[in-house]
Order: sequence, then C-alpha cells, then structure tokens
Amino acid sequence: MVAIVDFALLAGLAVWALGIVHLRSLFGAAMMFGIYSLHCALIFVVLDAVDVAFTEAAVGAGISTVLILSTLAITGAKLEVRHSRAMMPLLITGVIGAALIYASLDMPLVGDPSAPANLHVVPRYLQGSAAEINIPNVVTSVLASYRGYDTLGEVTVIFTAGIGVLCLLGRHSRKRSRRRRE
Amino acid sequence: MEHHIVLRVVAKLLIPIILLFALYVQFHGDYGPGGGFQAGVIFGAGFILYALIFGLQTTKQVISPSFVHGMSGAGVLLYAGVGVISLFRGGNYLDYSVLLSDPVHGQHLGIMLIELGVGITVAFVMVSLFYAFAGYRQIELRKQGSTKQNDVAQASDADPNGKRQ
Repeated sequence: MVAIVDFALLAGLAVWALGIVHLRSLFGAAMMFGIYSLHCALIFVVLDAVDVAFTEAAVGAGISTVLILSTLAITGAKLEVRHSRAMMPLLITGVIGAALIYASLDMPLVGDPSAPANLHVVPRYLQGSAAEINIPNVVTSVLASYRGYDTLGEVTVIFTAGIGVLCLLGRHSRKRSRRRRE
Repeated sequence: MEHHIVLRVVAKLLIPIILLFALYVQFHGDYGPGGGFQAGVIFGAGFILYALIFGLQTTKQVISPSFVHGMSGAGVLLYAGVGVISLFRGGNYLDYSVLLSDPVHGQHLGIMLIELGVGITVAFVMVSLFYAFAGYRQIELRKQGSTKQNDVAQASDADPNGKRQ
C-alpha cells in the first residue's frame, strides 16, 4: 500500500514536470510550478519530513509562484517557440540522468539507521536532546541549539539575498539608469 | 482588483487567520512541526496576499518599506545578539545554557529568541522581495511617462534599463 502511494506521488511529479516542459503559456507554467511544489510537499509528508513539507508548501507553492508571476509582469516575457530539435542537450541530459540513477543504487535506503549520515552526530543529538534541551521537537533543538551556527548562517544568507534583490530592483534603480544614460 | 468582491471578502477573512497561524507555528515550533523559518514565510505570505488583493500602495501604508527593511536586519541582529549575550554571561557564542540559572530553561529561552529572530528576518525579507518585484514595474511605468506599454515587450531582455533611450 505504501509502495503504491509512493509510486503514485513520484509519477505525479513526473507528470507535472512534463506538463511544465510542454506548456507554451508562461503563466500556466508558473502556476504549474506551484502545483509541482505542493506535490513535493506531499512527498515530504510521506517521508515524515513535516518541517520541510511546511517550508516547501509555503515557499515553493506560495511565495515563489508570486515572485515568478511578478517577474513575468516586469519583463512582459513572451515565449519564443522554436521547432528545431536539439539532440545534444537531450543526449547530455540523458547521460547525466542515467549516471545519477546508477549512483542512487549505491545510496543507503531512506531512513536506514545504519547509514553513515545517521551514525555520526545523530545518536548524540537524539540521546542528549531530552536531558539537555527538553523540547519534544528534536528538529528544532538540532536546528536552533546544536546547529545554531549553521542556522545563523542561513538567516544571514536570507538577509543578504534580500539586500541583493533590493540592490538590483529596489529604489536605487532609477538613479543607476540615469547614470548609465550620461 | 477593484471589482473582485469574492477575492476581497475571502482575503479579509483569511488574512487574520494566516497571521494567527504564523504566530502559532512560530511559538509552537518547540512542540510540533514548524519554527521560525516556516512562520516567517507564512507571515510574509499574509502581507503579500493583502498586497495582491488591495494593491501595493495600500500595503505600503500598512507597513512602510523602510520599516520592512529595518526589520529584516533586526531579526539577524536579535539572533546574533543572543550569541553575544551568552558570551557576556561566560559561555560560548550561542550557548543558551548560560542565559538563565537553569541550563534547560536557558536553552528554552535561547531557542525561542533565535527562532523569533529567524521569523522576523524571513517574514520581512519576503515582504521586501515582493515590494522590490512589484514596485519595479511601477517605477518603470512612471519613467516611461506617456509611452505605451508595448515598450515593455521590446525591453524583455535581461536589461530593461539600458534599452529605453
């Protein structure tokens, strides 16, 4: 039963991806990206990664769809339909995809307790969290306390990305274009 | 969006619930799924929904761009500041155990504060991203003055600024 659900979810993901490639309307493709993200969120729920599913649903399906649509509004982009067949990109994509699938056969199973990633610091966090931090959600205690430096770095990255977008699109764009005109 | 009465009514009903849910995700992150990042995104999405329905100018009256920019820095400062306080109290940087006399309670307080910092930064960076994207077009249109919109289609390559002379 679980296998059927997994298979159906992954097949659905492929269907959305093919749909995005085939759609000629950029607006439709942007909306379909949102559906794709929502679908990814479902898969994360099945994988018991509820925190990630939360993020994916809010960022992927919500805000990034709005931002893609705003970009379409800014650029007024029209898709240029080309009918030439590009064999080389198809070949490269096929080879890389096959290599990735081949490599995935060597990976440990999802959630395997003896996987190297689960043997390094994970047992220490799982055993220590109850006594040292004593909050039920271990994800939060790892993110916020054990890995506090990493999270500080992530927040700084988000802040920096916001600054970057402001520099490109923000209120200074008028001044810069005037300078370029001279 | 003047005439979409269904959208406006539903948005008015939903936005308070969205913001309340964001606060729940923020402060319940210790006990259930969620945390600062998710809460910030949901909180920002509430304001973005407001801007989509009621217009960018109205939203800028609700929270001004300078407030948004200031708050996106304030979250990072709150996070880093908790680390500095734990330094002053004799611990390592971001070691919350020294924040209070009881180490476990210190951890709780530290996690709550830094999650709040994460949430503030993420929420307001999202809003400022939306302001930048949505406001850009208005600046462009104002610059064009009387020239019609078909100019926009011409300048659809990467650099719309350089083209329009």
